[in-house]
Amino acid sequence: MLRLTLRNLFARKLRLLMSGLAIVLGVGFLSGVLVFSNGLSTTFDRIINGSTPDGLVRAEGGESFSGGALGTATATLAPGDVEALAALPEVERADGGVDGFGMSLLASDGSLVGGTGAPTLAFNRNEAPNMAGEPILELTQGAWPDSSTEVVLDDASADRGGYALGDQVRLIAPYGELERAATLVGTAELNGGGTAGATLLVFDTEGAQELFLDGQDRYTSVSLTAAEGVSQQELVDAAERVVPDGFVAVSGDDVVEESEDAIGAFLDVISTFLLVFAVIAVVVGGFIIVNTFTILVAQRTRELALLRALGASRGQVTRSVLVEAAALALLASTVGILLGWALARGLAAVFRAVGLDIAGGALTLTPGAVLTSYAAGLLVTLVAAYLPARRAGRVAPVAAMRVDQVIHKGSLRRRTLYGAIALAVGAGFVAAGLAGAPNGTLLIGIGAVLWILTVAAISSVVGRPVLIACRAAFGRLFGTTGRLAGENALRDPRRTGATASALMIGLALVSTIGVLAASLNTSVDDLVDEEFTADYLVQSTAFMPFSTEIGDRMEQVEGVETLSRQQWAGATLDGDLVVVSGNDDAFTDVYDLDVLEGDPELGQNGALVFEETASRHGWHPGDSFRLSFPGGAVAEVTVAAVIAENPSTSDISVPLALLTREGLTRQDSTLSILVEDGADRASVEADLEDAVGAAPVVGVFDKESFAEQIRGQVNQLLYMIYGLLALAIVIAVIGIVNTLGLSVIERTREIGLLRAVGLDRPSLRRMVTLESVAIAVLGAVLGLVLGVAIGTILRQQLREDLTSLAIPMGQLAAFLVIAVIVGVLAAVIPAIRAARLNVLEAIAEE
Amino acid sequence: MYAARRIRQAGTVTQEPTVAAHATDLRKVYGSGDSEVHALDGVSIELRAGEFTAIMGPSGSGKSTLMHCLAALDTPSGGEVVVDGTALSSLSDKALTRIRRERIGFVFQAFNLIPTLTAEENITLPLSLAGRKPDPAWFDLVVDTVGLRDRLDHRPSEMSGGQQQRVACARALIAQPSIVFADEPTGNLDSTSGAEVLGFLRRSVDEFGQTIVMVTHDAVAASYSDRVVFLADGKFVDEITAPSREEILAHMAELHAPTAPASPTAPTVSPEGEADAPPARNE
Repeated sequence: MLRLTLRNLFARKLRLLMSGLAIVLGVGFLSGVLVFSNGLSTTFDRIINGSTPDGLVRAEGGESFSGGALGTATATLAPGDVEALAALPEVERADGGVDGFGMSLLASDGSLVGGTGAPTLAFNRNEAPNMAGEPILELTQGAWPDSSTEVVLDDASADRGGYALGDQVRLIAPYGELERAATLVGTAELNGGGTAGATLLVFDTEGAQELFLDGQDRYTSVSLTAAEGVSQQELVDAAERVVPDGFVAVSGDDVVEESEDAIGAFLDVISTFLLVFAVIAVVVGGFIIVNTFTILVAQRTRELALLRALGASRGQVTRSVLVEAAALALLASTVGILLGWALARGLAAVFRAVGLDIAGGALTLTPGAVLTSYAAGLLVTLVAAYLPARRAGRVAPVAAMRVDQVIHKGSLRRRTLYGAIALAVGAGFVAAGLAGAPNGTLLIGIGAVLWILTVAAISSVVGRPVLIACRAAFGRLFGTTGRLAGENALRDPRRTGATASALMIGLALVSTIGVLAASLNTSVDDLVDEEFTADYLVQSTAFMPFSTEIGDRMEQVEGVETLSRQQWAGATLDGDLVVVSGNDDAFTDVYDLDVLEGDPELGQNGALVFEETASRHGWHPGDSFRLSFPGGAVAEVTVAAVIAENPSTSDISVPLALLTREGLTRQDSTLSILVEDGADRASVEADLEDAVGAAPVVGVFDKESFAEQIRGQVNQLLYMIYGLLALAIVIAVIGIVNTLGLSVIERTREIGLLRAVGLDRPSLRRMVTLESVAIAVLGAVLGLVLGVAIGTILRQQLREDLTSLAIPMGQLAAFLVIAVIVGVLAAVIPAIRAARLNVLEAIAEE
Repeated sequence: MYAARRIRQAGTVTQEPTVAAHATDLRKVYGSGDSEVHALDGVSIELRAGEFTAIMGPSGSGKSTLMHCLAALDTPSGGEVVVDGTALSSLSDKALTRIRRERIGFVFQAFNLIPTLTAEENITLPLSLAGRKPDPAWFDLVVDTVGLRDRLDHRPSEMSGGQQQRVACARALIAQPSIVFADEPTGNLDSTSGAEVLGFLRRSVDEFGQTIVMVTHDAVAASYSDRVVFLADGKFVDEITAPSREEILAHMAELHAPTAPASPTAPTVSPEGEADAPPARNE
């Protein structure tokens, strides 16, 4: 029996190839994502482990602010503190560190090196080894910096910046003087190999102190190296005794764990995001397997019946089909896994282009990825082949004698009934979600998935009107050929429906996302239109703070009436991280705040609080709370007013002077500018652009360009999702090719007859193509209707953020056109095959 | 009925008989070298207009191949076929398709109808493929002759085998072709249905002056014809006009006895007549 099964498999090479391709692509995507995710986390693990010392002394509460977008600590360490630590018997050495965020490296042509994706890390060079006792940085050429005007870059950044040793490197500083230069004296590499795309700027201690600490002989952290036989815990305990207030000692293991958690959360988002699309691809592939095996079993009815007549049991027949499926799955998964390995490299190249550099050596096929891919390929194929296999077992031996193949129609009604019930259950989930049940969005998601799967299962019923419309349209446009094509699409509604389902799933997702993105864009436009009351907004596209020098220059620009500065700071409130905006006095001149309670006059310690934050804490004007800044400063703040949520500031707004008073270094996060009446806006804008100078990440936006920029980000994400869903569409196309190919084989005789009575080759090709178009249009229409419905419902659920609903009619129409093109393309090979059929062979068969 | 036929035939003899189609030195070779099979080995035949010709022969005699070549379904390896004054050898697929659509009608043994179309749509298919409308009077006449008036809305699956074959006959006639080819049209039918179909073919010759060529191995079916042509081993062997069933059987017995086992070139075949199909058919 097994040998017969395998022989069957290889006897139908083309069918094998086509149905295998669906698995290959699905599994390929899956294993590619797994390999890539693994490579991603390996890369970061190596960097983190390779750059962490035994112990670290740093500002208390500072760990939450990695990345530096929310500024630095309020206190620093004195050389005496470092010496005290070094003097401890448990400490072999203590090295003072000076870290700064917000520096940017310019390439020699003035563009930004590293993009806005990965951070730029600037720090002083010291001798502290990592936990394994190895140096954290290894010089690859030149020498370490020896004066405040010298710098060492990582190899990749030096390369991308086009700098050679001895060149003047252009830097944009986050504090003080905006544009700086330093001589490149060497290049270095992190011990872990690679930087994952981060840019490293290594200065000598004095140089870093000059850049980040106004030239004071202070440190921001201390790296500790344990003495022989001292554990990390003992090291930390000892250090705690001499660490000044506002600072803590943390073990290297804890730092690694923290970093991995922080990075892991970010990496998980990427991996999960990609995995979702891999799963979609695999599921869509599953639909194609169901369909292919159903057709194959139908076409082999007589052969299977013969086996039954010869004494094979039901179980044997069913198993033979399942074994065939399993063999196909193994073969296709193997190819898929290899493809995935290549795909992972492709993904790595894409991410490298946006600044996330994955070490090539980290992209390996791990046993886990291989096993998961095989398991997914096998599982999906076997589950998908089970129903057709069971049907194969049910073939009655007498069917061997029958000439006609029986098309099962009996259970369509039952299927419709179950489908209607499932749709109603889905509607129940959606309704519960919309009605405000807890986890409402999740409930809607469950309902939506249920809807999509149900419509896929009953597409033969719900899609009938679409197919009838296609038949009418084709008949009108293409005469008898068109009508025949329409009839063909209708003759086995299950097959047509199942084939269209794969495309439907893809298009349902695409149009859901399309509706959400269009709604988001419209909502953003509305919001910007309403809240963007400044004439110009100056902001870093990476949300990094920038030097106050830019604001200083802009204040001098002729025509600028008002310039309001805002600095963001991270702080903790009852142990939770909050973003605090420090706004200057001019802020209320630019923005018209909706004061719900109290007086927005802030004074020294007043705060504006968003309504939601106030109600969560039960605050009213006059209540006080404490904000702790990294480095130990604690500010006692009094609620001055409760305001409606407003995108121009954050949950808690305090006077800008308060941040400075608490010891935070002055930087600007946002500048809001009003222009004098009658000023020449064009020249003001040009002057503002000039004031930004070479700082490439800081942009000057007016209302339109600000909305444009956000729309650009939304659309970028949208196109990325479309790109990932394109694979599901490609798999769906393979499904159509497969079904059509099998249908052509099945209808060989009929095609011969048509040719005999006068259908010419072009018309025959047109007939096959139109059937394909009918399938594609069916999938598209069902998908678009579902997608728009789900998108609209989700928008309703997210109405607080997506304030207005937009249906992207143009895009939807484009999807429909794409579906027709997909249909035409999918039919190319089957149509050629059909047209090549020898009339005589077709009619003379048997 | 037989009497009527004889009378009519007597009448046609006096007229100048025109030729609906003819083949000259027709050859068809399958394979090459040692495996070369001569399905047709120099057959010349004339098919006269308004005549019902039956082609008979044992399995492997080349009778189906001959019909396929005459009907523009197959290309001969040598020789020439002229249908309704048009030589086929130089025609493109497109032109051949048009000839089949406009000047030739077909009735096959089985799978004659498109399952998705109704009887009426199947009948008018050759015309609608050409974008033409049937002549209503002719359509009514044909439909009434085959007795399918009340079945026009039915799909093939709702009709009996005999009814399906009658639909096929009506379709073959609808375009008023120069010649109708029928390949074992009663092969799958019981004798009553078979007689109906053959009776209808006969009437279409007698009443409409249709030219019909039928391949069969059934002496009863052949006895409806005006002329029976016998083939063996790809060669024209014999012919009889106005045959009776007994005459035909006698001829057949003669053909079977000496030649079939002795022929080295005849393809080995199963008893059920798929002999004329090319032996090396790649599926």
